[in-house]
Amino acid sequence: MAVAEPAHDTDHDHHEHGEFIAHHFDSAEQQYDSGKLGIWVFLVTEVLFFSGLFVAYTLWRSHHPEIFTQAHVFLDKVLGGINTVVLLFSSLTMAWGVRAAQMGRNRVVAQMTLITMVCAAMFLGIKAVEYSHKWDLGIKPASLWHYTGEHTAAVGPLAVSLGISDWLVTLSIIPAILLIAFVVVSVVLRLMDKPVWSTFSAGLAITVGGYFLGAVGGQLYMQASEGSSSHASRAPVVLHASSAGYQEQDHVAGQEKAVDSHAADAKAGEAHPDGNAADEHASNDHGTDAHAGDSGHGAHAVDPHLPRKEDLDQDVRIFFSIYYCMTGLHAFHILGGIAFLAWIFYRSLVGHWRPDYFGPVDYVGLYWHLVDLIWIYLFPMLYLID
Amino acid sequence: MAGNHDHGFAHPCPPWILFTTFFTLIALTILTVITAGQPYLGPFAVFVSMGIATIKATLVALFFMHMFWDKPINILTFLSSFFFVSLFIGFTLLDTDHYQNQINAFPREPLIIPASAAPAPPPAATAS
Repeated sequence: MAVAEPAHDTDHDHHEHGEFIAHHFDSAEQQYDSGKLGIWVFLVTEVLFFSGLFVAYTLWRSHHPEIFTQAHVFLDKVLGGINTVVLLFSSLTMAWGVRAAQMGRNRVVAQMTLITMVCAAMFLGIKAVEYSHKWDLGIKPASLWHYTGEHTAAVGPLAVSLGISDWLVTLSIIPAILLIAFVVVSVVLRLMDKPVWSTFSAGLAITVGGYFLGAVGGQLYMQASEGSSSHASRAPVVLHASSAGYQEQDHVAGQEKAVDSHAADAKAGEAHPDGNAADEHASNDHGTDAHAGDSGHGAHAVDPHLPRKEDLDQDVRIFFSIYYCMTGLHAFHILGGIAFLAWIFYRSLVGHWRPDYFGPVDYVGLYWHLVDLIWIYLFPMLYLID
Repeated sequence: MAGNHDHGFAHPCPPWILFTTFFTLIALTILTVITAGQPYLGPFAVFVSMGIATIKATLVALFFMHMFWDKPINILTFLSSFFFVSLFIGFTLLDTDHYQNQINAFPREPLIIPASAAPAPPPAATAS
């Protein structure tokens, strides 16, 4: 995108409206077409970049479909669906922004770019809720996996008082710092009489606010769905609901048995102890902690709707390795997209776009649509397995 | 194709196309969520969901990415990537299918789990 830099000398005035036309191009249109071919080639490399993960997915699903049917109960269709709609909407606003840039309406481009950035941050906020929920359950990639069928309750004071996961607090530290920083910088720049940069910084603050919008919304949904126990009730594998009968079975070792009775206690006691009482036994030592559930709401909360770890194939963790690689790589692309969109947002505020110069908006738009396109495949591949 | 108009090379997409595309995409998203896991689809469920995803991807490419109006060289460039991806997936599947019987001939060894939470290893089972 270096071609988009303003020309350095004054010798280009023979170009009509040639402010941003690089010397090696005959016309604005030639520059635009070259950039467009360039961005398409870049998108080809992006598709090939992701294709390795698609190959891993295809191989494992074709040879070991059972781990996919066991794993999908941990993924929430509703949150995935909301994220899909958020990304589709951001694609609409992006396309609208490109249209506005082609018509030279810089103000509309700025607004549409901002909405797109907010949607991108919202996507990440919802993703943070999903990730932190899984990490609490010990659902981590490969060797980090320590799933026991229990929630690890929050320990940190902020997480406990908010009733959310420690992981969610951790993930939100950087956005919180950024939010404060952008607000402060925006105010300072306003006082220094730099209105464009101040507005830019305010826009970034609003963008980070989108993350918290997504995180709060996702968290509220999670709590509502856990209360009604609907989000995992579609589990087709053996459920905890049968754990009383399961205890009669033989291959459960002594400690496991203790956890089982704990499971039954928690089931009989409180339906949703998660996050409201980490005071008495706030140990992170998963699984071996037999007396945590004495009062029905200890540090570990057994969700009766989750599969027992004994019922899961040992290779379910492979699914989550693939899941984290695919969604994580996609999330990094979202982050990169926000950075590119911020650049477009700034240039819209300055007012660079004209009917003969809108290439960068179009190129970033194409990248953003590709990120959307990849999610369109990831959503059914990961969330809609049945 | 772009570039043949009298005034400039910008071709703003009419709003109704953008909105129609968007609402079609939302409808297809709802459709794919509803159809996922319907028992009557059986083994075809994955093809239905991937088919819907492909329709959605095509809509995004054609209208949001303006491929409908784009130059043939750009379309060819982009679509070539899917050709190479299909080669990648296809040949890898052929290769692993070829050796799957030998893999299945051996029982799987239980994983060594490092954490204290090591469960009783599940009985060694051959892969399906």
